[in-house]
Amino acid sequence: MISVHHYLLLSAILFCIGIFGVLTRKNAIVIFMCIEVMLNSVNLTFIALSRHVGNMDGQIFVFFVMTVAAAEAAVGLALIIAFFKNKESVDVDDFNMLKW
Amino acid sequence: MDANLVQEAIQNVNLQAIMPSLVLCVFGMALLLVSVFTPRGKTSHVAWLSVVALVITGFVTLTAWNNPQAGFAGSVVLDNFATFFSMICIIAAALTILMSDEYLKREGYPVGEYYPLILFTTAGAMWMASGTDLMTIFLGLEVLSVSLYVLAGFFRRQTRSNEAGLKYFFLGAFSTGFLLYGVALLYGVTGTTKVAGIAEFVKTMPDLTSNLMFLAGAGLLITGFLFKVAAAPFHMWTPDVYQGAPTPITAFMSAGPKAAAFAAFMRVTIVSFDSIQTELVTVFWVLAVLTMTVGNFIALTQKDVKRMLAYSSISHAGYALIGMVAWNEVGWSGIMFYLLVYTFMNIGAFAVLVLVGKKGEDNLTLDGLAGMGYKRPLMGVALCIFLFSLMGMPPTAGFAAKFYVFAGAIKAGYIWLAIIGVMNSAVSLYYYLRVMVCMYFKDPQEDFSWVTMNAATTISIVIALAGVLLLGVLPGPFMEMAMLAVF
Repeated sequence: MISVHHYLLLSAILFCIGIFGVLTRKNAIVIFMCIEVMLNSVNLTFIALSRHVGNMDGQIFVFFVMTVAAAEAAVGLALIIAFFKNKESVDVDDFNMLKW
Repeated sequence: MDANLVQEAIQNVNLQAIMPSLVLCVFGMALLLVSVFTPRGKTSHVAWLSVVALVITGFVTLTAWNNPQAGFAGSVVLDNFATFFSMICIIAAALTILMSDEYLKREGYPVGEYYPLILFTTAGAMWMASGTDLMTIFLGLEVLSVSLYVLAGFFRRQTRSNEAGLKYFFLGAFSTGFLLYGVALLYGVTGTTKVAGIAEFVKTMPDLTSNLMFLAGAGLLITGFLFKVAAAPFHMWTPDVYQGAPTPITAFMSAGPKAAAFAAFMRVTIVSFDSIQTELVTVFWVLAVLTMTVGNFIALTQKDVKRMLAYSSISHAGYALIGMVAWNEVGWSGIMFYLLVYTFMNIGAFAVLVLVGKKGEDNLTLDGLAGMGYKRPLMGVALCIFLFSLMGMPPTAGFAAKFYVFAGAIKAGYIWLAIIGVMNSAVSLYYYLRVMVCMYFKDPQEDFSWVTMNAATTISIVIALAGVLLLGVLPGPFMEMAMLAVF
């Protein structure tokens, strides 16, 4: 029997994978994908908990999260393209203009 | 669908509650269309129209003062608190737009989309301030953030601006992930995303501090907000983004969106987590001291004035956090007053920098300002007043703001915190005074002939100056307004 705990555990693992990826990967697009993994693990949490709690709020929240994630994808990829046009690179080690 | 349910949903909609942001969004979309038909380089009228939009929105917002409006089944409330913060964001946006037109022309990006994006950012900020459901707050936060990512990376052929936009995007989206996970866990514990519903749940459960899921949820949610207000240790993005973004946007980001983040942060923590305040206050105590100290001490070593002001902005978030530690009316209204004052003084300082910068802005360093006080006396004096206010010198507004926040802390018995705050202000004297030393006591390397005053930027500086002096000399009425605005 799969209980709500299994879903929560799975989404916690996904969330941690996302954080780990953001912190360790060098490619801007891979980092962006890791952030998407984080957002989707949140979606999974919301849906599992919505079922568990017994109201619809969580599922409605998921729609908003997906919409926002789409908007963020549009803006984020555009920024990555603009950076690529100038530097011919999507490596975060090349984000090195600004530092003390 | 049940007919009664539809009927009820329609009755719950109260457009009055979102009228200010509605007006602003309509103007924003109309101006997007207008800018399509505007030839490149002739965007002044778009700028002025957006200032008009903001003034109208300001008046619409003020009608809600002492006339609270709830709408959308209680997920939006336009109360005094929301009105106060909306006004801060509107002022910040208007001052920013005024200084932007000439700047965009000088830097070679005279395009109209810039202004609607600022209007949408402001609308998002207003939703954050008036949201009483974590869903509304999240949506406001994202409307604000997504527009700001674009604005931070607006100079798309300039690598520095690209980098600022990308860094802001990555860290902003990353922190949104934390915030959302916190919301999800809180939802699982309490069964609701409404701020008031969570408060009710927290009140009825005595041993919540041993509930791991609740603690993780509240912690992640607060972490997400602290990212947005740039409190240490979540401040790492701030200096890079503030330095690389177009200067007016830096000014705007440090005032409007920060105020909005504080608004949502205050509403959620004060209303929802009132029952666990003793634990929270301890955390905020540490964070406030850390934020002030980190911001001030790193600012000491900065050569770039924009970057220095970024670190100063971190330390000012720390001073504002003192009001959260105090956890009383004086402290909370002190934060609101502080953010209003900060808007005037910080945007004013950046407006002077906008005028002083050459194309590309490589001269906005301490050496680049050498002798400016003699070559451009009026602007020198204006910058000095803003810097004195940032230090917290009487009779400027910065003094009154710090005074109220520290008074709240002393009233709650946190004498040591107030002392640490005052000592931090003393440290900050060094780097603010160093700018003035460069302006007046160093021989000018250049004649500052490229600096031309233009009407819009001058208006922006004059309004900011008036705000700084008025709030400094007569803080009473505004502080009373802030007192009325606290829940």
